[in-house]
Amino acid sequence: MNCHEIHPLLHAYVDSELDLMPSLEVDRHLKTCANCSAMKRSLESLRANLRNRDLAYRAPNALRARIRETVAATTEEKPQRTSRPWVWQLLTLGALGFAVFTLMFQPSGISGQDRLADEAISDHVRSLMPGHLMDVVSTDQHTVKPWFNGRIDFAPEVKDLAAQGFPLVGGRLDYLDNQTVAALVYHRNKHTINAFVWPAKTAATTTIQERRGYTVINRDVNGLHYCIVSDLNAKELQEFGNLLTQ
Amino acid sequence: MSATDPQRQFEQVVMPHLDAAYNLARWLAGNDHDAEDITQEASLRAFRFLSGFRGGNSRSWLLTIVRNTAYTWLKQNRPQAVVSIADDELLEIEDPEATKSHSSALHNADRDVLRAALEQLPTEFREVLILRELEGLSYKEISEVADAPIGTVMSRLARARKQLQEFLARKGELQ
Repeated sequence: MNCHEIHPLLHAYVDSELDLMPSLEVDRHLKTCANCSAMKRSLESLRANLRNRDLAYRAPNALRARIRETVAATTEEKPQRTSRPWVWQLLTLGALGFAVFTLMFQPSGISGQDRLADEAISDHVRSLMPGHLMDVVSTDQHTVKPWFNGRIDFAPEVKDLAAQGFPLVGGRLDYLDNQTVAALVYHRNKHTINAFVWPAKTAATTTIQERRGYTVINRDVNGLHYCIVSDLNAKELQEFGNLLTQ
Repeated sequence: MSATDPQRQFEQVVMPHLDAAYNLARWLAGNDHDAEDITQEASLRAFRFLSGFRGGNSRSWLLTIVRNTAYTWLKQNRPQAVVSIADDELLEIEDPEATKSHSSALHNADRDVLRAALEQLPTEFREVLILRELEGLSYKEISEVADAPIGTVMSRLARARKQLQEFLARKGELQ
């Protein structure tokens, strides 16, 4: 390797992020090249200065105390409700009234679960329209998972299931059950599978529904709720569900 | 579940990394007051989303939330600070002759000069250096926190160090 090939590797080399083989190449080159050795030494001294000059700030104790107080107040909010000012009582009353109202006028015969399934099927159908399926197109789980970072506040597990016949094709954000959810997109032959993921509110039991020609599986695993939708048959979709959530 | 369970989880998952959270917020915001506000808001967001944390690297998880909170704050209050840099996906190939100016070793640089050197860097360069050198995050962790591919992280790190060396050379800190 010559200097031009070594230079881009030097940072990863001093950061110990280089794989073994290229690292050995750099070692070999540095033994004979004074210029690259000097660059390496200057990078190392810069790193040492940044690490040893006490440049990191520490959280003030008052801030720690304030955060603990606020967290404690948030968790104690419910039992304290009676001592809140009248505005809160009024708001509570209003919310209660609204809840009763919605319950009364809810079309009878449609359970919350069916409504969720219908909503998920609508999202699934919409995703199949041209240009709607994926925000990040990648068959690589290591590309899809980081993509969700910073877009949602939970980390869905993204598995590569190509070997089992369910290749990952990408992911996007969607809206379901009144919140932003992660949608993982997989294929099975010519079928598209949408797996919607969001933090579970309660640990519900697994359900499988068939509606309008689609299969919908709902399952809670490790604090996350999975809602899996496809026009694939129930048996294969169940197999997929087991692989994704195990 | 008793009411103290989420609190206990918060103590285990979030509080141990509060120094790291504050450090990142402080370097992004540039002053104590705003850094405290950002850290507090990010901690409370972390508390609300604790149920979404499924184990694993709690520090990266918290730092991601801090970074998002800080950027939202910066965009609202200091939009000029978050002008995006055009990232070269590939590291620049440097001309060995041109790099001689900053290929000399740096001995015990003055702390205030180092601080000033970091502060003058563009936000996206500064954050990768803070995460790498002060928090010791791996490239992969930085790529998660900064929401950028590893290639971009490497390129930003290289350019950030180069700018830092040039700044220090101008200040006469390089020997």
